[in-house]
Amino acid sequence: MSEANTSVSIRSEFWSIAETVQRLTAGEVSAAALVEPALERVASLDGELGAFLVLDAPGARAAAAELDRKRAAGEPLGPLAGVPVTLKDNLVTAGIATTAGSKILAGWVPPYDAAVVERLRAAGAILLGKVNLDEFGMGSSTERSAFKQTRNPWDPARVPGGSSGGGAAAVAAGLCTASLGTDTGGSIRQPSAFCGVVGLKPTYGRVSRYGVIAFASSLDQVGPIARSVADAAAVLQAIAGHDPRDSTSIAAPVPPYAEQLSAGIAGLRIGLPREYYDAELEPGVREALDLTIAALRDRGARLTPVSLPHTELAIPAYYLVAPAEASSNLSRYDGIRYGGRADAPDLLEVYRRTRGAGFGPEVKRRIMLGTYALRSGYYDAYYRKAQQVRALIKRDFDQAFAQVDVLLTPTTPTAAFPFGAKSNPLEMYLADVFTLSCNLAGLPGISVPCGLTAEGLPVGAQLLGKPLDEATLLRAGAVIEAAVGLGERRPAGIRGIGGAS
Amino acid sequence: MSKLTRKEVEEIALLARLHLEPQEIEQMQDELGAILAHFRSIAIADTADVAPMTHAVPMDAPLRADVPAPSLPADEALRAAPRREGNLFVVPAVIPGSE
Repeated sequence: MSEANTSVSIRSEFWSIAETVQRLTAGEVSAAALVEPALERVASLDGELGAFLVLDAPGARAAAAELDRKRAAGEPLGPLAGVPVTLKDNLVTAGIATTAGSKILAGWVPPYDAAVVERLRAAGAILLGKVNLDEFGMGSSTERSAFKQTRNPWDPARVPGGSSGGGAAAVAAGLCTASLGTDTGGSIRQPSAFCGVVGLKPTYGRVSRYGVIAFASSLDQVGPIARSVADAAAVLQAIAGHDPRDSTSIAAPVPPYAEQLSAGIAGLRIGLPREYYDAELEPGVREALDLTIAALRDRGARLTPVSLPHTELAIPAYYLVAPAEASSNLSRYDGIRYGGRADAPDLLEVYRRTRGAGFGPEVKRRIMLGTYALRSGYYDAYYRKAQQVRALIKRDFDQAFAQVDVLLTPTTPTAAFPFGAKSNPLEMYLADVFTLSCNLAGLPGISVPCGLTAEGLPVGAQLLGKPLDEATLLRAGAVIEAAVGLGERRPAGIRGIGGAS
Repeated sequence: MSKLTRKEVEEIALLARLHLEPQEIEQMQDELGAILAHFRSIAIADTADVAPMTHAVPMDAPLRADVPAPSLPADEALRAAPRREGNLFVVPAVIPGSE
């Protein structure tokens, strides 16, 4: 570590976005002086953490040099100038290997950037690399990555959550300032809860899916993972907005999210869906939510019990709809145009053997489930029925939002679990119950840290909002953060995270 | 009862273009069987007169002007092909005996 940078580098890895951009713009620190410590930190900590699949040191240095050149020339810097970020490896990056966590795409180098990657670059962010995930986004622990395990920085014997586990772990451990994840059934919110960081899934259509390796096209959304609500708002500001290349992208204008952040919650009507609180919750989760509710009440919110009667049916509805869409989306991995290929004498066998060898067990299971649900004879009883239940779930939310402005629930029923604890696939699926409904209904959701369990594991509070009402989620999330958040507490499970680097 | 038959699993695997090893087939019989049995709970939902919801936003397939614009050059598009000849992807002969 260069001595000249010491006074800056010891703390820069936990700087906020605002602090980073402000110091860079004021000339107090160069982009190069931000990037080198970040790269060294990854080198020294990621061996144990396992968050990164690709570290693009040359690219990061080049981006930093370009920022420094712009600053010296008096050119305007973007709103995320100098901020080190990572990208979940299901977001395509031109010239940088992208795998979706799967052997079937091992070695594939995309010829283009995803829309969200373009926007981060344009905002001046420094892309450090690609981070780990469950294969094709299918999983809730990152254990299903074909390449490596990522550890929870709070306790290395436990999972970071999934499928955006690499990003949540990297942000929590200070290996980057923010990360982009994707959320199809909770894959941003749940790992954020497990790792003690903020994770936001925008309204469906708020952020472009152009360049997102598709899992379930009517559910997938890209969103920020960050160490504070303000940072999540800043990243969302950069990536949200209409994109004509994504026909599901919404044309509505993007409001200035930072403006309302400190407006408080006086008079805000917060619904507490009884189905979430009547469920079996780990004691640490229940206590943290009780304290959160009390804190919100003290600060002027009006809390009301509401009901979302079809909550339990979200599991079968999601695990029929999402795999059905996935079975269609993943049919493109056929060994012909990209990815791995198993040679065989006839075309059908090329397809079957390429896919049999290239996909992991969870992916195969979901493709099979989806194919089953769509076959003639079963389509009505399974897939069509699931789509009808989806409409009922949406209707539950519409009815609740006639009485309240936002809903508050635990993000997950438990804190992070140990590796291998949920080897039964059905058991893993059932644990997603609190996050699935929001994707089915297309609503925005955020997870904000709201305490630690007795074992020192983070707990997440989830806020669910009306379509395009991310501003209210951020405003209420900021209050939770200030009242019951983790403050300056850092994970201590990986040697070297908390102390001076 | 919830276990799927071997034949069912093999049929779905064929539709899904997946080759499964014998032990994978057996595992799928058990796992898919258990999962689908659990999901039968969806049948109890009262969905009379409920239109299936396919998307969160109204899907009306927006149009755009028919104006030519640059697209990915052929060479780039083929760069990752496992087997390639010039600007062609190579596959085994689809019609037997035609190669």
